[in-house]
Amino acid sequence: MVHRIDDDQKLPQTRLTVFAVIVVALALLLMIGFWRLQVLDTQHYAELAYRNHIRTIPIIAPRGLILDRYGNVLLGNYPSFSVLLNRDSPGQVKPYLPEIAAGLGLNLQQLRKQVDEAAVTLPRYQPLVIKSNATQADVAFVESHRADIRCLDLLMVQRRRYPADGFMSHVLGYVGDVSAREIAKSHGRYRPGDVVGKSGLEYEYNRILMGVDGSRRVIVDSRGRVRGTLGETPAIPGKTIRLTIDENLERVAFNDLKGKEGAVVALDPQTGGVLVMASAPSFNANELSNGPTPAEWDALVDNPEHPLLNRAIQAQLAPGSTFKIIMATAMLQTGVPPPNFTVFCRGYQNFYGRIFHCWKPGGHGLVGLHQAIIQSCDVYFYNVGQQLGIQRISYFAKHLGLGRLSGIDLPGEEPGLVPSISWKEHTFHQPWFPGETISVAIGQGATTVTPLQLAYSIGGIVSGGIFKQPHLLKTSDPAPEVRFPLKHSTVEKLTSAMYGVVNNPLGTAAASRLKGIQFCGKTGSAQVVSYQERRLLGGGKRYYSNAWFVGFAPEENPKIVVSVLVQGGHEGAEAAAPIASDIIKAYYQEKAHPQPRFVNAEEPHSAEAAAVSRN
Amino acid sequence: MRTRIRSADLDWWLLGLVGALCCLGLVELRSATHVAMAGMVWRQLIWVGLGFLALWLVSRIDYLWVLDRAPILYLFMLGGLAVVLVIGHERFGARRWVEIDGTPIQVSEFAKLVIIIALARFLSGVRTDRLTLTDLVKIGILTGVPLGLILLQPDLGTALTLVPVAVAGVLLAGIRWKHLLALILLAGLSLPVAWHFVLKPYQKARITAFLQPQQDPQGSGYQILQSKIAVGSGGLWGEGLGRGSQNQLGFVPVRYSDFILSAVGEELGFAGIFLTLLLYVGLLLRLIQNARQAKDRAGMYLVGGVAAILGFHIFVNAAMVIGWMPVTGIPLPLVSYGGSSTLFVFMALGLVMSVRLRRFVN
Repeated sequence: MVHRIDDDQKLPQTRLTVFAVIVVALALLLMIGFWRLQVLDTQHYAELAYRNHIRTIPIIAPRGLILDRYGNVLLGNYPSFSVLLNRDSPGQVKPYLPEIAAGLGLNLQQLRKQVDEAAVTLPRYQPLVIKSNATQADVAFVESHRADIRCLDLLMVQRRRYPADGFMSHVLGYVGDVSAREIAKSHGRYRPGDVVGKSGLEYEYNRILMGVDGSRRVIVDSRGRVRGTLGETPAIPGKTIRLTIDENLERVAFNDLKGKEGAVVALDPQTGGVLVMASAPSFNANELSNGPTPAEWDALVDNPEHPLLNRAIQAQLAPGSTFKIIMATAMLQTGVPPPNFTVFCRGYQNFYGRIFHCWKPGGHGLVGLHQAIIQSCDVYFYNVGQQLGIQRISYFAKHLGLGRLSGIDLPGEEPGLVPSISWKEHTFHQPWFPGETISVAIGQGATTVTPLQLAYSIGGIVSGGIFKQPHLLKTSDPAPEVRFPLKHSTVEKLTSAMYGVVNNPLGTAAASRLKGIQFCGKTGSAQVVSYQERRLLGGGKRYYSNAWFVGFAPEENPKIVVSVLVQGGHEGAEAAAPIASDIIKAYYQEKAHPQPRFVNAEEPHSAEAAAVSRN
Repeated sequence: MRTRIRSADLDWWLLGLVGALCCLGLVELRSATHVAMAGMVWRQLIWVGLGFLALWLVSRIDYLWVLDRAPILYLFMLGGLAVVLVIGHERFGARRWVEIDGTPIQVSEFAKLVIIIALARFLSGVRTDRLTLTDLVKIGILTGVPLGLILLQPDLGTALTLVPVAVAGVLLAGIRWKHLLALILLAGLSLPVAWHFVLKPYQKARITAFLQPQQDPQGSGYQILQSKIAVGSGGLWGEGLGRGSQNQLGFVPVRYSDFILSAVGEELGFAGIFLTLLLYVGLLLRLIQNARQAKDRAGMYLVGGVAAILGFHIFVNAAMVIGWMPVTGIPLPLVSYGGSSTLFVFMALGLVMSVRLRRFVN
């Protein structure tokens, strides 16, 4: 019904009442909405608000330094930036990934994968390192996108700076991102994103070197700028470790090995401290620590020269004539054959129907033990071996430090091999042939040693049968030792003969003698293949003998024993002895003109340091 | 015939509520901007002062005299909107909803005022208690032309605020049920048309973001989420003035203007929100009371239009802050920072006072 309005002053009061009711109803509805948000769900939103503006920034603990015995820094750190990805609000991360990948030069697929994986495995407040060792351009990219790409941040990190030329790379090792397997095994000690030692001392002493990361809780504004700090848990830096290594001598070995495949180990036989451990060819540990690309990694692994191999503890090769010292020790200790045993060397001899040659085609004539060692007569030791038999040879070799791990504080040491009758039966299900003993007697056949073992073994023998466990970490505690006491006369006869090897004009290493130094030693040239095989294979350096030399000084109570391996070096006297000679010479020069030594207040083990400086 | 005007007869309850809301706005504005934008609170204080002056001045003018001049005001408004449209596109692009200090007065704010006046004038001329179809069409055109011009700026939020004035006017004047149903149906049908032909991409994005906030975390979906975080984290009693991390650190978007209620929610908690809403309910009920007491239908339509437009602002803004409405750029009357919008509210209230002061028929 439509009514005309006659009275303009009569207002539709009911409609106005309805309006008032609507106002109250809407207000009540809104209050319910606010009540839900502010009272019922306030915990949830308080947490979101906290995540919005509180950020936990890790403070990475720098790894401890590695020093040589005198306090010279062998391995240090340098400051660098890592690019962090904050994942507090996932919605603000994903859309920017293409831009981030392009800006930092990362692979988008891999970045996506990394972020997706982290979403499952890591708590959200923990930032992700998406690029370590950021370049200046990367830093500029992050800084210039602070306002729009809020999820990026920079983190100052002390990074390892390894000697770029590969100096000591094998011993020092390298670091890398902790793997899922390492985290699982660590019982909570490692967290994703940690950097841990992957090889060498970095691996062995990771616990000491690593330190504990700290964190800083900061307030950030909506543009990601830090506006204040709430609290800080400081990082505990990793501890510095001091090695028994002598940087000077190490450098000599490193330089002498350049361009060769081989290794040098020098020990102090009285303490077991490793003075030198070098392996060549070497590698640039920085490349491995920065996360090598698959191509870089393959190139290292597939390199026929195996640069990653630490030949000092991992090259297991026939010791060649250096093994004659083991033979001589066994002979002198057992009296089989007696010490005055002589042989007439015609350059070859028939054993069990087969001709065994001496390295010297014309033969050495009548030789006793002393001359047999000096001139390295093979025929003499064939006869010694025949008389001793494989069981006795094997017994002595094992007790003189071969065929087992020396226990050095490095991962990946190889044990070498001392053959025996039972070994042959176990491995080949074949009986031992007597002819094999003849080969073993001159360090050929199945016997293998590592350069470290050779130094350890010979060092122990010339120290009277006290085998100090080789070690790189300098501690005040005496190293564990294995005793296999040798007769005084045995040691005297051996050292005198080894003195002759270098100092007698007939000695195989006479060219390497050092004026005024009682430099003793023994050469070795271990055939890789037989002479016939080498001809068949077309000769070439690849099949040259491995050159060995093991030397020490002085003749009595030796202070340093050096073993040198040059693979394919042909003759121990030519390729290996000069290197050992260089190191012994440098050792004596250093003693005559001591360097100014760094006094390191952190050094907790001053007892041995003092003992060393008294030398 | 002139009515005797006594200042003592002003609606002191209403003025008290307005003063309280202005104080709340200034306090929260100071808290939210004291670090980065310290000058804002003083400028707003000046606007509020000017507003009260404008309210008093407008209340002196007889609303019937104003209604007589509605056609001229209406044409003047259309001209202004057209001019702004031309210059605005040249100078400010599409950023209508941001008030930059020193810009020319936002004509769209005064368009609201003129629409209230124009519709009151038109409806008071209708002498039946049910609007005819012709009346409805005329109202549609009266509202639709300025609405279209504001939409072109483009400013969806302000354009939409004209609708409740027309709706309230129509409902107060009376409408046939079948017309009402037909209108609702028409509005429903025009939505998809508007979606395709009227709305700008960013406006569509806001509505999409409102419906699916996860789709657009950095845009308006992000704004709504941040607003909810700020409000929700405030709890019952709030973090305290100046201590709301979310608005102080800039997570709450335009915390001094459209989202000032989330700053209130964060720093003063549910208690502060409750008080604010209570003040607004008081304000609206007081306006309706004034509409009841108007001397004639023209006065009632004026007051009803003001109540409708303010109520729309209040409820849409509050609903937006808690994520019940898309981000439309509608400020909270008297509390949000902004010169033109503050002046508009005070002038509208001045009209209400003008009606009140002349409620007694001599």
